[in-house]
Amino acid sequence: MNRPIRTVAVFCLVLFLALMANATYLQFWRAGALDEDPRNQRVQQASYSSERGAILVGRTPVAQSTPSDDRFEYQREYPQPLMYAPLTGYFTFGDSTGLESSQNAVLSGEDPQFFVRNLVDLVSNEQQSGGSVELTINAKAQRAAFDGLNALGEGVEGSVVALEPDTGKILAMVSLPTFDPNDLASHDFGAVGDAYDALDADDGDPLLNRAIQTRIFPGSTFKVITAAAALESGKYDSADSLVPGGATFQLPQTSGESGVIDNEGRNCGSGEITLRLAMEQSCNTTFAQLAIEVGAEAMLETAEKFGFNSDYLEDLNGQARSVFPGKLSPPELGQAGFGQFDVQATPLQMAMVSAAIANAGVVMRPYVVSEVQSPDYDARNAEPEELSEAISPQTADVLADLMVSTVDNGTASPAAIPNIAVGGKTGTAQRGIEGAAPYAWFISFAPATDSKVAVAVMIEEAPGREIAGGALGGPIAKAVMEAIIS
Amino acid sequence: MSLMTPSSTLMGFVHRRRRGAELFLLILALAVGVGGYAAVGIGVDGSVPTDLIGYGGWLAALVVAAHIVIRLVAPYADPVLLPLVAALNGLGLAVIHRIDLGYAARGKETDFAQQQLVWMTLGVLLFIGALTILRDHRVLARFTYTIGFGAIALLLLPMVPGIGRTINGARIWINIGPFSLQPGEVAKVMLVVAFAGYLVLHRDALALAGKRVLFVDLPRGRDLGPILVMWLLSLGVLVFQRDLGSSLLFFGLFLVMLYVATERPGWIVVGTTLFAAGALGAWKTASHVQDRVDIWLHPMEYYRAQVPPYSDQIVEAEFGMGWGGLIGRGFGEGDPTRVTYAESDFIIAAIGEELGLTAVIAVLLCYGLIVERALRVALISRDSFGKLMATGLASVFAVQVFVVIGGVTRLIPLTGLTTPFLSYGGSSLVANWVIIALLLRISDQARRPVPDLSTEEESSDDESTQVIKL
Repeated sequence: MNRPIRTVAVFCLVLFLALMANATYLQFWRAGALDEDPRNQRVQQASYSSERGAILVGRTPVAQSTPSDDRFEYQREYPQPLMYAPLTGYFTFGDSTGLESSQNAVLSGEDPQFFVRNLVDLVSNEQQSGGSVELTINAKAQRAAFDGLNALGEGVEGSVVALEPDTGKILAMVSLPTFDPNDLASHDFGAVGDAYDALDADDGDPLLNRAIQTRIFPGSTFKVITAAAALESGKYDSADSLVPGGATFQLPQTSGESGVIDNEGRNCGSGEITLRLAMEQSCNTTFAQLAIEVGAEAMLETAEKFGFNSDYLEDLNGQARSVFPGKLSPPELGQAGFGQFDVQATPLQMAMVSAAIANAGVVMRPYVVSEVQSPDYDARNAEPEELSEAISPQTADVLADLMVSTVDNGTASPAAIPNIAVGGKTGTAQRGIEGAAPYAWFISFAPATDSKVAVAVMIEEAPGREIAGGALGGPIAKAVMEAIIS
Repeated sequence: MSLMTPSSTLMGFVHRRRRGAELFLLILALAVGVGGYAAVGIGVDGSVPTDLIGYGGWLAALVVAAHIVIRLVAPYADPVLLPLVAALNGLGLAVIHRIDLGYAARGKETDFAQQQLVWMTLGVLLFIGALTILRDHRVLARFTYTIGFGAIALLLLPMVPGIGRTINGARIWINIGPFSLQPGEVAKVMLVVAFAGYLVLHRDALALAGKRVLFVDLPRGRDLGPILVMWLLSLGVLVFQRDLGSSLLFFGLFLVMLYVATERPGWIVVGTTLFAAGALGAWKTASHVQDRVDIWLHPMEYYRAQVPPYSDQIVEAEFGMGWGGLIGRGFGEGDPTRVTYAESDFIIAAIGEELGLTAVIAVLLCYGLIVERALRVALISRDSFGKLMATGLASVFAVQVFVVIGGVTRLIPLTGLTTPFLSYGGSSLVANWVIIALLLRISDQARRPVPDLSTEEESSDDESTQVIKL
């Protein structure tokens, strides 16, 4: 009987090996997928009731967990809710956005870098607690941007982004209208549901972070990219090079009124004018012709080097790609030259353009998390990272010169700061809808040499105000720059 | 030594008693049980349980009593089995205690752990009784039919109106006074004994070859009677008691023992065919079997379903085990009571959640070792009845572990069975302690030095003495 007993033993061995393999598959390979299942209440409840790390601006928390005496143990709080909501996002049961979502691994303490610590917690039977995240945000700049945009009045829709040109640090990021994440973090789930439904139904889309999620026509602010492409083509080499000007320009392959471009009353001479004058006066006719001269391919290449058509923001989820279309026909290209047709950009993208010009042509990857701290205050700093060299330092110099002139003598004068050279460019983009108010843009940097800050202001709606990039955006940009420099 | 038979000389050595080793392993096992209980207190309440000394003392008294009885009445018995069982039972008690505390946090007062300790005490007493009274397992062969009919009677007991009770659709419970019992758990041990007795007598006839199909000698048609009876009995359990697990267990058990007794793989072919036919028939006709299979294949589709069948139990178990990962959340840090019946059928999910894959593998290794030791007893046993009984007990154990843990981890469709020694459940615990007592009794007989030359039984089994196997 021993032979079949041995067979039975082998069979039993197979059964047990199958059980072990299956348990390993379940608890090791499938564990991650199971944890991420949105219906897994166990994980959600644990993360919801654990002590989550804080989101810090400087040493001040803008999101923190405080002990609560209900069944969830901790309550998430946002001390400056409206100003920071687009960054922090919200953290509610089973759902989160913004940094609460993108930095969840750190905030919840589940990041692999905390593995050893978590093991110690496990052995010593402490509850796992989260690490904190410190932001690159400058509180004063954020305040200036928020107050400036808010001052435009009830119903304003817009965004401000400020970057440190040589690192890519995001110094300010504001989006209006905003919301109060405390309403969504409440442990009263019925109230949370109502609050969410109201926010979701709001026409102003308060849950949107316009700084990274809204892309619209950049209008005349895009002219700096057209100028960059023209300078890089080698045909022009200084701010005083002569470029085509004129009061009107008939787009190629078109006839009649609709194909005619004008300068909305600004004086752009006739025949050839200097590039400086064209930028100061934001001459549509000049930049349409320059774009056609350098060609669709070179325009696309330059725009993409600045970050168009790509994803670069890693610290926050849901970045919209700015768009510069490929394969443009000459008349389309002419319009693209001054930021119309299908060219679209986010406020962050335009801030990156401005920052690159201020940083000798180098585009840095924008980031908002400067430091990750474990619960024991072991810190790990984020390193600045170069994204691309969009233009040569010479081209950057010329562009910076042009933008400083535009503030000193041209349309961007509202951003001028006494005794400091400031570069800027306005934009007032047509929506392409008859009767609709245009979008206002303003990009700038300061000081002109060794820049500390680059700003982009975008205003989609400002009810009761006449929309103009310089008049509306300029003062806000100025306030933000002053907050950094002084 | 001069009385040594030629065959035992060829076996190589006289087995040592190894009772000291058993005692050492028992201390390790106690550390698991008492340490686990303390860890639950620290993890859930933040302090060592106040009754730790009393609890630990009781646990220690039970296993030491079992150990002393083995020293007295079965000195040559296998030294590994008792420590393995003590460790599993101790771990089970700790985890059940943890689940009691989990239920308490949800406002549901239970005292499963306390009851389980009472059942364990009863189990150990029966274990001691069985070892003391039954000095030679071959005595049982005399009562083959009595035991067999007793088993069938026990299986039928839940069908009797008045005492039978249906829990969760399965009619496998009886009420006696304040206790609910699962007579099937006891019946499975009796069935092993009955099968062993029957097969020892009839193995020669059953081993006769019939038609040869594809290198396999099929049994003769006229010998199919017993297997058909067993098949019908299993189907009866499935259809009338709606107990998928026991049905599979009984039939699998019979099949394995039949194969071992006759050494004919043909029986496996016949049995597997019958099983496949029965399973297919059950799947075609019984909706509860179809539901089980659907839930097994697509659990997520039935999770939090509006109407039955629901898969919440298995999905929550998977979520919990996944969440536990490699090292587990730690006692008190998981949420095992999200799984219904976490204290009984799904206890392995609670272990996986709070103690991790590490503990699940450790538990599986303990089970594997128990099966291995049992089969080793079967190999060295000198009589066919002992061989068959040990093989049967090992198989019952292995199949039960596979069916329940495989079901919980979704390797196979879920069927209700208890996890031996871990799950809350008196009938199962007591029956399993008796299984271990029987195995120890057989191993004591097998490992004991042969006293004289009169080994007629052994000569009938020439294979165990073959040199080539060494």
